[in-house]
Amino acid sequence: MRGPTGVLVRGGTVLDATGPRRADVAVAGTRVVGVGPDLAAPAGWVVLDAGGCVVAPGLVDLHTHLRQPGREEAETVETGARAAALGGFTAVVAMPNTEPAIDGAEVVREVQELARGACCHVAVAGAITRGRAGEALAPMAEMAELGVRLFTDDGRGVQDPGLMRRALEYSSALGVGLAQHCEDEALAAGGAMHEGAWSARLGVPGVPAEAEEVMVRRDLALARRTAPLGARLHLQHLSTAGALAALRQARAEGLAVTAEATPHHLALTDAELAGYDPVYKVNPPLRPESDRQALVAAVADGTVDAIATDHAPHPPEAKELALDEAPPGVVGLETALPVALQALGADIGAILALMSWRPARIAGLEATQGGPVAEGRPANLCVVDLAAPWVLDPARLASRSRNTPFAGRRFEARVRHTLVAGEPVVVDAEARR
Amino acid sequence: MSIGPHLLSVADLGPEGIAEVLEVTDSFVEVSAREIPKVPALRGRTVATVFFEDSTRTRLSFETAARRLSADVANLSVGTSSVAKGESVRDTVQTIDAMGVDALVVRHRSAGVPHQVSAWVSAAVVNAGDGAHEHPTQALLDCYTLRARRGSLKGARILVVGDVAHSRVARSNVWAFDALGAEVCLVAPPTLLPPSLQGWPVRVSHDLDAELGDADVVYLLRLQRERQVGALLPSVREYTRGFGLTRDRARRLGPDALVLHPGPMNRGVEIAAEVAEGPASVITEQVANGVAVRMAVLFLLLGAAG
Repeated sequence: MRGPTGVLVRGGTVLDATGPRRADVAVAGTRVVGVGPDLAAPAGWVVLDAGGCVVAPGLVDLHTHLRQPGREEAETVETGARAAALGGFTAVVAMPNTEPAIDGAEVVREVQELARGACCHVAVAGAITRGRAGEALAPMAEMAELGVRLFTDDGRGVQDPGLMRRALEYSSALGVGLAQHCEDEALAAGGAMHEGAWSARLGVPGVPAEAEEVMVRRDLALARRTAPLGARLHLQHLSTAGALAALRQARAEGLAVTAEATPHHLALTDAELAGYDPVYKVNPPLRPESDRQALVAAVADGTVDAIATDHAPHPPEAKELALDEAPPGVVGLETALPVALQALGADIGAILALMSWRPARIAGLEATQGGPVAEGRPANLCVVDLAAPWVLDPARLASRSRNTPFAGRRFEARVRHTLVAGEPVVVDAEARR
Repeated sequence: MSIGPHLLSVADLGPEGIAEVLEVTDSFVEVSAREIPKVPALRGRTVATVFFEDSTRTRLSFETAARRLSADVANLSVGTSSVAKGESVRDTVQTIDAMGVDALVVRHRSAGVPHQVSAWVSAAVVNAGDGAHEHPTQALLDCYTLRARRGSLKGARILVVGDVAHSRVARSNVWAFDALGAEVCLVAPPTLLPPSLQGWPVRVSHDLDAELGDADVVYLLRLQRERQVGALLPSVREYTRGFGLTRDRARRLGPDALVLHPGPMNRGVEIAAEVAEGPASVITEQVANGVAVRMAVLFLLLGAAG
């Protein structure tokens, strides 16, 4: 359904980067046309109740696996975007580890075409190297011309430091960013969970924390060298105290590198693996409590800029393999906001900064996403009820996959409405299409 | 009965569970010594061995145990099954479970598979070795063997020597030895030790020669040559030089010291042939007791339920 003539979001507290205020929000077409107390709804307008809710710029996910093309049994652009909208996201960045990989104009166009009717904006990320093989640069310029603003070989870090250096240099002229999956494969080889007390006891091959830290330190050095050219580096899903310490130090020196953390790394530890359930297998792996706390602290003090889901759908049979054979990843779009609120114990304003306006800038989407809720701005909004308790039933997820580590968990906050380009795609926690 | 419904790890058994298995084993050792070593304890019950990884010895031991209890025995091995055609572990075990078997004896190259299987089937699951996690019946038969020889493990100084990092035998034995009051020392080069020993009731040494004189028991682990050499060890020769129980080293053992090995042995690598066949070695007793221990485990898991 393409929207009615107008939508009035009534009775909420508007909260954006400029702070909170009691206001109704009027939306016509794709834009906000009025923000103020006690706005009247013209005849024929849809009125969305936002009483007791926060009305905010929509969430932006820097790290979503939509699995299309190639792995449609796990997710499609359509189902993933619907899950995103239900989670309050108005834009997601689709990772390029599809089959084939998004490593050239043709696949970029294919995904952009699939995204045309989706429930939220889908920004396509391109691969840094051809086929994500880590051997030769992908045609970043032709992808950038189609609007790609972020490049990553996500799932695989670029192992060759010489190639990563050239990628940073080359990308700097295109005004795009590079996002790195920080994992030294030689150190991580064969690991299925964090290497530590739990992996030793369970007899499961481990991924040492240093696999992440080594790569982060290498890339920070390369970023330092290429920053004068304008190269931009973003560090994906950081999980270890060592990597965070390196990042904190680099930022203190003034290096303009950005970083993200996932809700699951903020909420869970490697102790979850004690029952060998592959639903808790993620990459990077869940870490011990000390790392989790370091991550929470780094998010709180601004060392980490954004919370990103790393939404990684897998069909049930894939998560019934042995722990060391199962693919890593959890779905996260529909739980990211309440999990982040719970894990950080932070106020909603701080969470929105981490999940809306800061990631919007990193993704290069600030023109349409994460901006202030103000007249004339594109109407990409989410309405969050902070006191609407619910329990997660995986069977009710809109994602095509069910691999959530939060089944049965009780949350306090729930996304009530989501407006994408002015259209109410989620109303009262139900997708409208 | 304190054990069950499954036997997935020694850690789950606890001291009482271990004591119970060892006590019941006594009576099955007696059965095994009879002219017709068979009792009707599990007549009408079916035990299936489901081995996703080859192990002739362990499978044969379990099947012999089941037959001596008069259970029917079915077996499935990866080479001859639908698993080779791409069937999932879940489908495989649920198919067998649906045939009405009472126990599934599961071996898999990956840690945790018996745990996963136990959630999918109604039969009792016995872990016959999962990756580098546990091999509980091996630990139980080792404890039984030591107890039979020594009377008790209390205060016994046990060296576990070799590739602890990748050893399911070590991960079961450490907890079983500790539960029975022994003092365990892991002896290995750092590359063959687990990345963390936090919470493990062990001491660590990298010097076998320094430990031998005080040892009551030397437990040698199999060196998986194909996997370890190059990445974790410079050479087999260097391993044997530092950690093999050679003839010379065996001479320095106390007169009552015992030598164990879970098999299959690499003679001349972790153990010299003369030592394996020498007076301190109880390796053959381990194998014999294995059948009785597995009878006890199957009996305790299935016997009372019928």
